[in-house]
Amino acid sequence: MITELPMGFSLLLSGILFTIGAIGALMRRNVLVVFMCIELMLNAVNLIFIASDRLLSSLSGNIFVFFIMTVAAVEAAVGLAIFVLVFRLKGTVNADEVNLLKG
Amino acid sequence: MRDFLWLIPLFPALGFLLNSAVGKRAKKGFISWVACLSVFFSFVVSLILFFEFLDLPPTARLFEQNIYSWISSGEFSVPIGFRIDPLSIIMCLVVTGVGFLIHVYSVGYMHDDPGYRRYFIYLNLFVFMMLLLVTANNILLMFVGWEGVGLCSYLLIGFWYEKDSAANAGMKAFIVNRVGDFGFLLGIFLLFVTLGSRGVWTLHFATIQQNAHLLGPVAGVITLLFFVGAMGKSAQIPLYVWLPDAMEGPTPVSSLIHAATMVTAGVYMIARLNFLYILAPETMFFVALIGVLTAFFAASIGFAQYDIKKVLAYSTISQLGFMFLAVGVGAFSAGIFHLMTHAFFKGLLFLGAGSVMHAMQGELDLRKMGGLKEKTPITYYTFFIACLAISGIPGFSGFFSKDEILWQAMSSPKGHILLWLLATITACMTAYYMFRLFFSVFHGPCRAPAEVIHHIHESPKIMTIPLMILAFLSVAGGYVGVPAVLGGGNLVGEFLAPVFSLSPHKEVTWRLVSEAWAATGEASHEAGLEITLMVVSVIMALTGIFLSYLFHLKNPALAERFVERNPRLYRLVHNKYYVDEIYHFVFVRGLFRLGDAAMGIVDNTLIEGTVNGTAKLLEGIGGRLRKIQTGYVQEYAFILVLGAIVIVGYLILYPLF
Repeated sequence: MITELPMGFSLLLSGILFTIGAIGALMRRNVLVVFMCIELMLNAVNLIFIASDRLLSSLSGNIFVFFIMTVAAVEAAVGLAIFVLVFRLKGTVNADEVNLLKG
Repeated sequence: MRDFLWLIPLFPALGFLLNSAVGKRAKKGFISWVACLSVFFSFVVSLILFFEFLDLPPTARLFEQNIYSWISSGEFSVPIGFRIDPLSIIMCLVVTGVGFLIHVYSVGYMHDDPGYRRYFIYLNLFVFMMLLLVTANNILLMFVGWEGVGLCSYLLIGFWYEKDSAANAGMKAFIVNRVGDFGFLLGIFLLFVTLGSRGVWTLHFATIQQNAHLLGPVAGVITLLFFVGAMGKSAQIPLYVWLPDAMEGPTPVSSLIHAATMVTAGVYMIARLNFLYILAPETMFFVALIGVLTAFFAASIGFAQYDIKKVLAYSTISQLGFMFLAVGVGAFSAGIFHLMTHAFFKGLLFLGAGSVMHAMQGELDLRKMGGLKEKTPITYYTFFIACLAISGIPGFSGFFSKDEILWQAMSSPKGHILLWLLATITACMTAYYMFRLFFSVFHGPCRAPAEVIHHIHESPKIMTIPLMILAFLSVAGGYVGVPAVLGGGNLVGEFLAPVFSLSPHKEVTWRLVSEAWAATGEASHEAGLEITLMVVSVIMALTGIFLSYLFHLKNPALAERFVERNPRLYRLVHNKYYVDEIYHFVFVRGLFRLGDAAMGIVDNTLIEGTVNGTAKLLEGIGGRLRKIQTGYVQEYAFILVLGAIVIVGYLILYPLF
């Protein structure tokens, strides 16, 4: 039988995933990858919610997770739509080439 | 009729509205009928009221009617209300009567003017405002009329606004009047506050009269401030400078507004507020002094003017001075009497001048006139009558009113022999310059160019009939005020007596005021002295006429030689003692300099500096701060993460220490 994973593993994994996501979101140039990194960060958070629900025998964390997943989907839809247009306009989706709002 | 007082100002207001509404295509005939009839109806209403008065005992001759509550605040209220008493009914009759004649005259005079409709709109508005001024039952409504006639005066002086001189003259009149009106307004405020602080919140004439004793010594200041307003409106020293320039307007306007009615508003105001003035003997003395000095000063300027209307303007200022002399020595009814006769003969003189200009194709210069006697007989005779009336020749209206003033100046308790002396000399000067004008226009050889001479003709009937009616009034108008010593009853004085007496006062006031009256009142007529004074003034007038005849008809070389001998004096008088230039230098230029200084120091340096400095400062800060906005999304995200790390780090590390 597989015994339950201790909480610490979940937290560790979540932390690693979040850090990878954060670094990726800051360092990568291609916005599609940046999007994926953001999804990674969101899911890292989701993982903590699920894990702590399990530990505390609660359900409220699950609700949050549903909301986060919805928001992530919506965000991806809107964000990708924007970048389709940006690509049509500039022929690229590199984040450091889109700086029209420079002060 | 006592419930229909509002009809008096209503008709000209309707005429004004109707003529404004009909639009540009209205026929001239229609416009003139509306304008003239509206004034005529007011005249009829005034006349009916006048006859109603005659049936009543003197103490009952006071109608008041409020038609609308204009301002109402706690105990204080100002209605739109009218008050008809002997004083205002005389004013109404003069304004509407002379006004009607001048309207009719204008139909002929302005016939070919492109601004025909505009002219009559302004004229009706003027009559409305003037009637509001004289019939109002409170100071505030009177002030509305006061400002309204000022506005109409401005509009009509600048009637031919394409001419720079006319537009400037209008502005000058308006601005000079503003100075006076400022004093008037301060007077109203001070009166209101002083009475209010003693528990009576009112601007209503009758209530002020009942409570006049509460004012105490402040009455002197209040009356002085009111007199400043009168100085502006009635062209007295030092605010008379606008009236000669006001002659830029059409001649009937000069006649109606700047001779017969509006400029006498100051005299009316003082007569209306006589219950305040008698409580302030110092102010009354000041009024008399300013009056007699203005009379003398303006008459002397009239000696050396060559513009027919300018001579008449200075003569008007001089005659207004006489009226102020009268009210200043406490002879209110004499002042109002002279106001009335002056309205007749000075209105006539101006209309006559208009007729002369009509004949001479707009010529104003006396040096280019002469010999009009044969070609314009009606103008000649009516003008002659007016000249005799203003000179004070016995039998004509001016004689009775002017003599009454001279007599009061000498012998009323407030009078003084010096006032009389100066006024009598002025009367002589008046006769001189009026006949100088008369001889230059109508006698001697005509000095105009040939083609003008060829066209000289008498004015149409519509202009000459008003002249004749006014000429009749210039003679007959005096017989309502024949002094007792000549066997008359001084009807006008008797009629006005209830206004200038103490009956409506309360107990306390009564004592105070009756004392004041005892020290003021009109002089009792001592027959011997009065006859002597009369003879002296007639001799003076005849001397003036004779000198004028000598200098300007019999031997014009004499006048020229006099000018040659005294070139300096002549230039000084001809240039009106350089008063305009002095005012220009001191006030106009002074204000410009003040304005320049204010512009340079306050505006350009202080305000501009503050505003621009603020802008520069913000621009500098913004210039530095904008560098933060790089436009790279990931940099923003990096800073965001950094911030999060700092906050989380703080939250983690803080409990450890």
